[in-house]
Amino acid sequence: MHSSSFFGLAGGTLALALVLGGAANAQSPAPPDPWPSLVSDLFHDRAMQIGDGLISFEAPYRAEDAALVPMTLGFALPAGDARQVKKITLVIDQNPAPMAASFEIGPNSGVTSIATRLRVNDYTNVHEVAELSDGKLYVVQKYVKAAGGCSAPAGKNLDEANAHLGEIRLREITAKSDAASTPALRQAQLMIRHPNNSGLQMDQVSHLYIPARYIESLKVFQGDDLVFAMEGGISISEDPNFRFTYKPNGAKVMRIEARDSGGKQFKSEWPIGGEM
Amino acid sequence: MLHCKIDVLPNLARALVCLGALSLAASAKEAEQLLLLKEIAPGVFAHEGLIELTTEVNEGAIANIGFIVGDDAVAVIDTGGSLHEGHKFAAAIARVTNKPIRYVINTHVHPDHLFGNAAFDSPGVIFVGHANLPRALAARGEFYLASFRRMLGDKLIDEVRIIPPTLTVQDERTIDLGNRELVLKAWPPAHTDCDLTVLDKKTGALFSGDLVFLRHVPIVDGSVLGFLRLADTLAAIPAKQVVPGHGPIVADWPQALQAERTYLTLLVKDLRGMIKAGEGLPAAAEKAGQSERAKWQLFDDYNPRNATAGFAELEWE
Repeated sequence: MHSSSFFGLAGGTLALALVLGGAANAQSPAPPDPWPSLVSDLFHDRAMQIGDGLISFEAPYRAEDAALVPMTLGFALPAGDARQVKKITLVIDQNPAPMAASFEIGPNSGVTSIATRLRVNDYTNVHEVAELSDGKLYVVQKYVKAAGGCSAPAGKNLDEANAHLGEIRLREITAKSDAASTPALRQAQLMIRHPNNSGLQMDQVSHLYIPARYIESLKVFQGDDLVFAMEGGISISEDPNFRFTYKPNGAKVMRIEARDSGGKQFKSEWPIGGEM
Repeated sequence: MLHCKIDVLPNLARALVCLGALSLAASAKEAEQLLLLKEIAPGVFAHEGLIELTTEVNEGAIANIGFIVGDDAVAVIDTGGSLHEGHKFAAAIARVTNKPIRYVINTHVHPDHLFGNAAFDSPGVIFVGHANLPRALAARGEFYLASFRRMLGDKLIDEVRIIPPTLTVQDERTIDLGNRELVLKAWPPAHTDCDLTVLDKKTGALFSGDLVFLRHVPIVDGSVLGFLRLADTLAAIPAKQVVPGHGPIVADWPQALQAERTYLTLLVKDLRGMIKAGEGLPAAAEKAGQSERAKWQLFDDYNPRNATAGFAELEWE
């Protein structure tokens, strides 16, 4: 009897605590963690190891602008690790399309970091998953708080983005040659004008959904060698922007090929390795 | 708490607002419904929003909102940051005039200016906005309803409805409230890509929306270069005084533009320098514009965002 009434009381207290907890927090309860099902859907439940010390991920704790959240994927393997990074996947768990981008890294391309800009719709975990040449998966994660106030993941200046659709620029960030550190890794920044519309919003007047239009494929070559290839979605910010390291292979031209979800192709070539 | 501003003296309407406030002071519930108004020019009224981020406590009442009374009808300019504020605003207007509200003008897409729209949604009321406002609401409306839940809480956000304009302004349009013409002007991307100003021709009172910020750090959600250019263009508007989107009502025109012009100029200069030097976006968010920090409220809340958006824009120069 004693124990039964004790448990009855405990249960009652617990229920009360839950009610109070609910009342104290006027917000909606936290949604269930989507990561386990994302691992199923995107990675077919393959085993993942914690990637700390192997890969890195930088993102601001608080997103300043929901439409433009800078994130840097770092994957320079430690000295002595003979494996190569084959693929890097960026997942923004709570976004409408969590699979933000996957990057196939060209063999011997020297690509060890890619910085880009993402839309972040909500408070969310962001995961970077690396697939190495031995087939193993490694994951690191970071929590990002969505921007507050009137910031929105939608575009700011849609006419401008549409007017210049498909314009591509490549800029070398680091100097041509640095004798002391040959073969130096260089850094370049690739920019593509594109609204990267999500298509998720209903037009309030016509009640029709705005069609999605975004860069779904992007390939960067140094001469004939692949630097990286990206498959992307609507989580990539308007005017997709990628800053990446690469190892110069002597080619004088960097070639960019992109295709959007409307089937439109964009191509561009930029001289590299010249005096800056 | 009841306030009656007596810095400018009587005028029948203001006296009525004050008397109304006093007579109702006994009823706490009624007192809650009051929203402080100031008659900044004959027949032109404004409410000064708090210089704060939207919270459940301030009910989203952070933007300046107002209305203009003509011989036949009333035009409302922005409706506040929650339906709750919209209702309070509607009640305050009813204490000043019994003329019908014919127009509800939204100066741009941001929630603190239009979440109160539904308080005015009735037959005969025409919602007015920039030609780009329907598109902006389509792209952002659902998101705002979701994201502002965190700031306003369930109770205040549940009742908010997005109401897009039925009358849009492509360039310029004049509406007549009866012996009182208002010039509505749609601008190219600046604070947002759907900024609209309202000029009362009779008194030279200008409602700038968020094309003018005072004390509250300017927010760039359209184009930093467009905003800077527009600061010069706006100066040519033949206004006498301005109700800014945020900050003290009312201010002299066009002097009110000076502070934000200085801020935007500095921000653009910093960002251009950083882009030229090959710095990245995260560094820009941290460093650009910082020398203006002491001059503005909410600087840390919005300057990094302005720097972020500005950086991405200026990279294409």
